[in-house]
Amino acid sequence: MSDASITVRLRDQRGAFTLDASFEAPGRGVTAIFGPSGSGKTTVLRCIAGLHRAAHGHVAIKGDVWQDGASFRPVHQRPIGYVFQEASLFSHLSVRGNLLFGARAASGEPLLGFDEAVALLGLAPLLDRAPLTLSGGERQRVAIGRALLSRPRLLLMDEPLSALDRAAREEILPFLEQLHERLSLPVLYVTHDMAEVERLADQIILMEKGRVIGAGPLAQMQSDPALPLMGAREAAVSLEGEVIAFDPAYGLASLTVAGGVFLVPALKAEVGERRRLRIWAGDVSLALAAPSGSTIVNILPARILDARQSGDHQMTAVLGLGEDGAGAHLLARVTRRSWEQLALAPGLVVHAQVKGAALTPRHTIQS
Amino acid sequence: MFGLSPDIWRPIILTLELASLTTAILLVVATPIAWWLARSHSWWAEIVASVVALPLVLPPTVLGFYLLVMLGPDGPGGAIASLWGARTLAFSFTGLVIGSVIYSLPFVVQPIRNAFAAMGDRPMEAAATLRASPWRAFWTVAVPLARPGFLTGAILGFAHTVGEFGVVLMIGGNIPGVTKVLSVAIFDFVETSRWPEAHALAAGMVVFSFVVILSMSFVEKRMGRLSS
Amino acid sequence: MRSLALAVILTLAALPARAGSTHVAVAANFTQAAQEIARAFKAASGHDAVLSFGASGALYAQITQGAPYEVLLSADEERPRQAVAAGLALGETRFTYAIGRLALWSRDGRAAQGEAALRAGGSGKIAIANPASAPYGGAAIETLKALKLYDELSPRLVQGASIAQTFQFAETGNAELAFVALAQVIGRSDGSRWLVPASLHRPILQDAALLKTGAGKEAARAFLAFLKGPQARAIIERHGYEAGAGN
Repeated sequence: MSDASITVRLRDQRGAFTLDASFEAPGRGVTAIFGPSGSGKTTVLRCIAGLHRAAHGHVAIKGDVWQDGASFRPVHQRPIGYVFQEASLFSHLSVRGNLLFGARAASGEPLLGFDEAVALLGLAPLLDRAPLTLSGGERQRVAIGRALLSRPRLLLMDEPLSALDRAAREEILPFLEQLHERLSLPVLYVTHDMAEVERLADQIILMEKGRVIGAGPLAQMQSDPALPLMGAREAAVSLEGEVIAFDPAYGLASLTVAGGVFLVPALKAEVGERRRLRIWAGDVSLALAAPSGSTIVNILPARILDARQSGDHQMTAVLGLGEDGAGAHLLARVTRRSWEQLALAPGLVVHAQVKGAALTPRHTIQS
Repeated sequence: MFGLSPDIWRPIILTLELASLTTAILLVVATPIAWWLARSHSWWAEIVASVVALPLVLPPTVLGFYLLVMLGPDGPGGAIASLWGARTLAFSFTGLVIGSVIYSLPFVVQPIRNAFAAMGDRPMEAAATLRASPWRAFWTVAVPLARPGFLTGAILGFAHTVGEFGVVLMIGGNIPGVTKVLSVAIFDFVETSRWPEAHALAAGMVVFSFVVILSMSFVEKRMGRLSS
Repeated sequence: MRSLALAVILTLAALPARAGSTHVAVAANFTQAAQEIARAFKAASGHDAVLSFGASGALYAQITQGAPYEVLLSADEERPRQAVAAGLALGETRFTYAIGRLALWSRDGRAAQGEAALRAGGSGKIAIANPASAPYGGAAIETLKALKLYDELSPRLVQGASIAQTFQFAETGNAELAFVALAQVIGRSDGSRWLVPASLHRPILQDAALLKTGAGKEAARAFLAFLKGPQARAIIERHGYEAGAGN
């Protein structure tokens, strides 16, 4: 329970629903709270904000205790930014008025100035408009800007994209990625959409029926056989790597991750920049010997660390990159027949053939 | 004034004074009641709401009778009046204001309550997450958002006070310049067969009421467009 | 309330009677006396008198609109005269059945003893019926003028819309004194009252008339005749009125 972390322990009973959730999250980066609807994600977020008071709770942010025993700090005294599922802008104020609402009463260091926030979120043309005249995506951008300008020390986002259509989502995501990069603000991000998690989250807290069933770095949780993520049809790992080279002629970037280097298509990449890779389990196949003459660019030695049967006819293996298996984890989904014919088993060194390694999309926003 | 006889303009001025003061007091009194009624989930709220709504269904004679008792020496009104040596608050402008506030209360509480309720919890929650204390959130978010309700309430409260008759008749004592308001003056003119005066005032009331109702529907239309 | 219930019961009881019946419109202030008279009338003649009560003005308005009343007992002399003028009543049948007596009343046991009560000064309100529409109100003003107190006391005057409301002002204590009908307070043992000498104001004449609709009804004529008789006069006096002169 370091001073730099977020510590949450909540116990509450609401009708038939029991919340019993405890977790710690680092005081930086994006921590996704992920789970099916009804798992209590939003309730956890509301308890942290103080919008809901759990009967028993301890909430401490970087050593600052917001709830403990009988003490309960009211919402307006918690340095949070909160983005609701619906933008919840004040309809009687202009966009500018909304943005400045929280800034007025806020104390502490500003995260970013008004102009900076406006530029970051592309709000300049909207400033004098009324919220009712904005599109869904525009509204949510204003809501994010409003939350940021209230000088939060913790940003809470409750499914900020789920009320939006696909186009609006794609409009917002790049802004969120930018935030992630530009600000050191810790974010708790509630969602039930794994694609958002893969693009945005560094850590993930998995919830089910009011309980936390796993919490930790994203890649680690994705490849934990004890957790449901690995068994999902769309199982994947997200790897963070550094660009060490870029070949514009072929449009390929070399990305180094723990235990290996990936060549991935990219329109543009700067050497030294950190980028995120997503690798689906279904795109990884295994070979006992290094294949030659393959069109597959990425063939990396790895060690099988663990495996689980997925459905009746498939196996999902957890691989550690490198012959010692000490590198980053990958998932590979193979048929049970191949698994048995090749006599694959944990401990074995194999060659992972990665058909598609994709950088998570990044729209270039000029700010 | 404007060549009119005092019999005509004194009740008009008095009525406008009464309605303005009553409306101002009503807005102050009704706002916290409406807020509480809109936000409370306790069964108490329904009981209080019913009590507030009573003047809607009670005949003015019932209300007037109770007011007469409450304002008189046997009630709290008499106790207050005794502070300056009077025996009753009836037959006074103060008494009329008290009666009008009670009588018109539901007309002001109801629209404001509806406006607060229609707003939902979210704006107040959003304001709180933006560091607004409950007090600041109330004034800068809830009240502006409920503005159509306040406007409707004020118009209704004012108009209803202007049109009030039964209660004033029962607690006013028909004193020119003090308690002889428009509706009572019209009644008197009719009773005494002074029909030209009765016509003038009655026609004025009809026009006034029409304007009120018309402006209400404009308010509702405009606000409805804004919030849809 | 009780008198109203009684009126309903009487009305219901009267309907199935086989003997003649007549419908009588009665000024509200005469309610109790009229009920007693109707009972005595029934016992003496076998006829039923069905009574409807209301303010004289309202009753008169109803008569002009064709209400099925056959006899009018008004609280003033004006309405019966108007009815005759309008051809709604028979002029020769009009007579004063009762003369109202004005009383000064206070719920305070000592406050309204004699004329001195009006001369005692003070700031309490004095309730009168609206003189523009109620004869008792006019009589009260005449009394104050006769006593040369009107100018001094007029700032203390408050008006009730009817004589009943005027009494209410005093009964609830909001008004210190009230000029009311003796009939209203004659049965009360509480409070104090001063019977205003009849010489201080014009007599408050309450007139009756046979309406056109009752011209051919034996029961209607019988009721008016009974009203002039000694038995009815005794009842009227007991209720706080002077009996009229008859014809």
